[in-house]
Amino acid sequence: MRARTPKSSTLLAVAAALLVAGCERPPIETAQQGYRGTGMVELANPRMVEASAELHAVPAPLPPAEAGGPTAGKTYQNVQVLGELSVGEFTRLMVAMTTWVSPQQGCAYCHAGADFASDSLYPKVVARRMLEMTRHINSDWKAHVANTGVTCYTCHRGQPVPAAVWFKDDSAERNIGSVGWRDHQNIGASSVGYTSLPYDPFSPFFADKGQIRVVGKTPLPPPSGQSIKQTEWTYGLMIHMSDSLGVNCTFCHNSRSFMSWDESSPKRTTAWHGIGMVGDLNRSYLEPLRGTYPAERLGPLGDAPKANCNTCHRGVSKPLNGVSMLEAHPELAPAGGAATPAPASSAASATLGSVLFKVGKSEISAESMKTVGEAIARLKDDGAMKVALSGFADRSGNPEQNLELAKNRAFAVRDALLAGGIAQDRIQLRKPEFAIAGANADSRRVDILPAE
Amino acid sequence: MAEYQNIFTRVQVHGATYPGVSLGRGSSPRTGNGIIFYWLGKLGDAQIGPFYLGWTGLASILCGFIAIEIIGLNMWASVNWDVAEFIRQLPWLALEPPSPEHGLTIPPLNEGGWWLMAGFFLTTAIILWWVRVYRRARALGMGTHVAWAFAAAIWLYLVLGFIRPVLLGNFGEAVPFGIFPHLDWTAAFSIRYGNLFYNPFHMLSIAFLYGATLLFAMHGATILAVSRFGGEREIEQVVDRGTASERAALFWRWTMGFNATMESIHRWAWWFAVLCPLTGGIGILLTGTVVDNWYLWAVKHHVAPAYPPVFGPVADPAVMQGVSQ
Repeated sequence: MRARTPKSSTLLAVAAALLVAGCERPPIETAQQGYRGTGMVELANPRMVEASAELHAVPAPLPPAEAGGPTAGKTYQNVQVLGELSVGEFTRLMVAMTTWVSPQQGCAYCHAGADFASDSLYPKVVARRMLEMTRHINSDWKAHVANTGVTCYTCHRGQPVPAAVWFKDDSAERNIGSVGWRDHQNIGASSVGYTSLPYDPFSPFFADKGQIRVVGKTPLPPPSGQSIKQTEWTYGLMIHMSDSLGVNCTFCHNSRSFMSWDESSPKRTTAWHGIGMVGDLNRSYLEPLRGTYPAERLGPLGDAPKANCNTCHRGVSKPLNGVSMLEAHPELAPAGGAATPAPASSAASATLGSVLFKVGKSEISAESMKTVGEAIARLKDDGAMKVALSGFADRSGNPEQNLELAKNRAFAVRDALLAGGIAQDRIQLRKPEFAIAGANADSRRVDILPAE
Repeated sequence: MAEYQNIFTRVQVHGATYPGVSLGRGSSPRTGNGIIFYWLGKLGDAQIGPFYLGWTGLASILCGFIAIEIIGLNMWASVNWDVAEFIRQLPWLALEPPSPEHGLTIPPLNEGGWWLMAGFFLTTAIILWWVRVYRRARALGMGTHVAWAFAAAIWLYLVLGFIRPVLLGNFGEAVPFGIFPHLDWTAAFSIRYGNLFYNPFHMLSIAFLYGATLLFAMHGATILAVSRFGGEREIEQVVDRGTASERAALFWRWTMGFNATMESIHRWAWWFAVLCPLTGGIGILLTGTVVDNWYLWAVKHHVAPAYPPVFGPVADPAVMQGVSQ
C-alpha cells in the first residue's frame, strides 16, 4: 500500500479535529452514585471546575455587628422590613447588600441622595421586596435550599440584575403570515441546550402551573392524557435544569424510567421542590414587581425579569458550590416562616376559584359549574365582596381567536354569576396581561379574583 | 495491486450503451439512449439512462416536489425569509404537525394544515414510486422483492405518520418534518411512553437492524474475498457452483460450522432487512394504543430487573403533599 501523502494526513487530522470540536476535552471524572450499570454517576471535569471557580467563589463575610441597642425600625424612618434588627446589624446588612448587588454603584443605586428613607428610586422598592423574598426562601423553602439558604449574592454575584433571568419572548413566532408556523420550538435556543425543543419551557412551568408530568402511570391504557408535544415542553425544562446544574439526567433519574420515584436519587425530591419554589417566587414576588420597574427593565412582552434554575445555580448542582453565606446573616432566615403576601394587584392573591374550559369552548361544563357555584356561595356569604373575572386561553391556535375565546369565557362566567343572583355591580371584567399562556388544561380557564 | 481490492472500479470497459429489453404493451417508451459517465463508473455502472418515467414516475416526482416545497418554504418562512438564517438554522427547522387539540379535523393551514398537506403529497409520491417499482419489476419479468422491501419501509412510515395518529385520534402524535426536530420527537416519544427499549418489538427491530448489517458485512466481505475466482458473478454461481462459491462455502463451514448458499444468503439478508421496519412498525403501533408505559409493562411481565436499593427510600413528594405538580 502506498504511504499516505502529508497533505492527505493533514486533511484527515483537520477533519478529525472538526468532528470532535463540539466535545468536551477530557479528563472527565465520574463518581458512582446509583447501582452499578445504571449510569447514575456524577460527572466533573477538573479543568472546567477550575475555570469556573471564580464565578462560584464566596466573598468574605463582614465582621459581626453588635446585637444590642436601639432597633433600626425605631432609629430610621420608613424601615418596612428588618426593623427589628439593631442599628449595627441593619447597617452591616446594608453594607453587605451593596457589595453583593451594586458594588460599583454603591448606596446611591437604591437610595436617593442623603434621604435614605425615600422610596423615590425603584431599585429600593425592588430590594425591599427581594429581602422579603430571600427571607421567604430561607424559612419556607428549606425543602429546596436546606440550611444552606440563599442571600442576595446567590443570584446577584455583584451585579444589580442577576446574569441569568428570563422573560417571556415570542419574537420567533412573529413575522409570520400563513406560513412558517414554529409551534414555539425548533430554533436551537440556548435555553434548552441548543436542542429543537420548545425554547421557552419557563412560561408554562415557572410562571403558570403547567402539567410537568407526562409519562403514563399504568402499563396499559387509559393513557396519561399527555401528548408527545406536551412531553417536548417537559423535556425542554429538564434540559434547562440539566444545563443549569451542570449535571446529567442520571443525577436525579434512573434513565430507564424517568417517572419512577423509587428508582430516582433523593436529589430529585430536592429538584421537585425547586420547581415549586421557582414558580412560587415568580408568581408571588418577581412578576408582581412589573409595575415597579421602568420599561427598560421589562421583557419584550412587558413582563418582569423572572428566575429559573440557572438564576442561582449557574452551572453547578449546588449554588456557590454549596457554601452557606446565610450563616453569617441569620437575619435573612427568620424562624417560623416569612411568607409575605404579594401586593393586592397581584394575581397570586387568593382566588375564589378557577373555572376550567374544554378546548376551544366558552361554555361552562357541568363539572366547572361547581366552581362557579362555590364562588356564588361565597359571594352570598360576604355581601360586600366584589369579584374580577379574567379569561384565559391556551397557546394553540390563532392568537386573535384565542383572545376572543378568553373574553367569551369571562362573559360566560359573568352570565353564570348573574344567573346565580349576584348583582352586576359586584362583577368586574379584567383583561389579564397574558390571556394566552400555557399549553394545558390549566390555561383554558377563567379566574375569579377578589376585587375592591 | 489486485484489481478486486479497491474501493473504486480500476478498469472500465465501455462498449455501446445498452438500451434494455423491449418493453411490453402499456409501457411508455424510454427517454434517451444512455450516456457513459466515467466518474459514476468508478462507483457503479458507468451507463446513465435510458430513463423510464411513465406516469407514475412523473406524478411521484411532482408530488414529492410539492411536498419538499411545502416543507422547505414553511421552514424558510419561519426564519422570516432570511437565506443566511435558513442555512444556519436548517438542522433545527421543521414543519410541525397540528396540536393534539385539533384531533383528526383539518386544522388552519398555519397550525398544522401545511403539515397535513405535505404529508399527503409525500405519501402520494412514495406510494406512486412503489407502484412504479412494482410495475417496472414486472415489466422486466423480475420478482417483486424490491417493491415488497420498499413496502416494509412504507409500513413504518405510515404507522408513524398516519395509522397510529389516526388510532389515537389526533395528528399531534405524528412526527414533524425536520432534522433535529424529528430526533427530539423520537426521544420525547420514548420518554412519554415509558422507554421504548422495553418494547419487545423495538428489541426485535434492533436485532434485525444489527443482524441485517452483520449479514451484509459478512456477505459483502465473502464475495469480495472470492472475486479473484469470479465470485462477484453471484447469479451464475447460484446455478453453476464454481470454485468461488465452493471456497466461500468452505470458509464459513470451517469458521462457523454452517454456511448459507449463494442463493439463501440473499434470502436471509432480505428477511432481516424487511423485518426491521415490519417489527419496528408493530412496536410503534402498539405504543399508546395498547401499551401506555413500556417500562411498567416490562416490570409487570418480569422483563425489567429490579435493582437493589442504593439510596434511601425516595417517594413522590406530590403524593405526600397531596398536590400534583
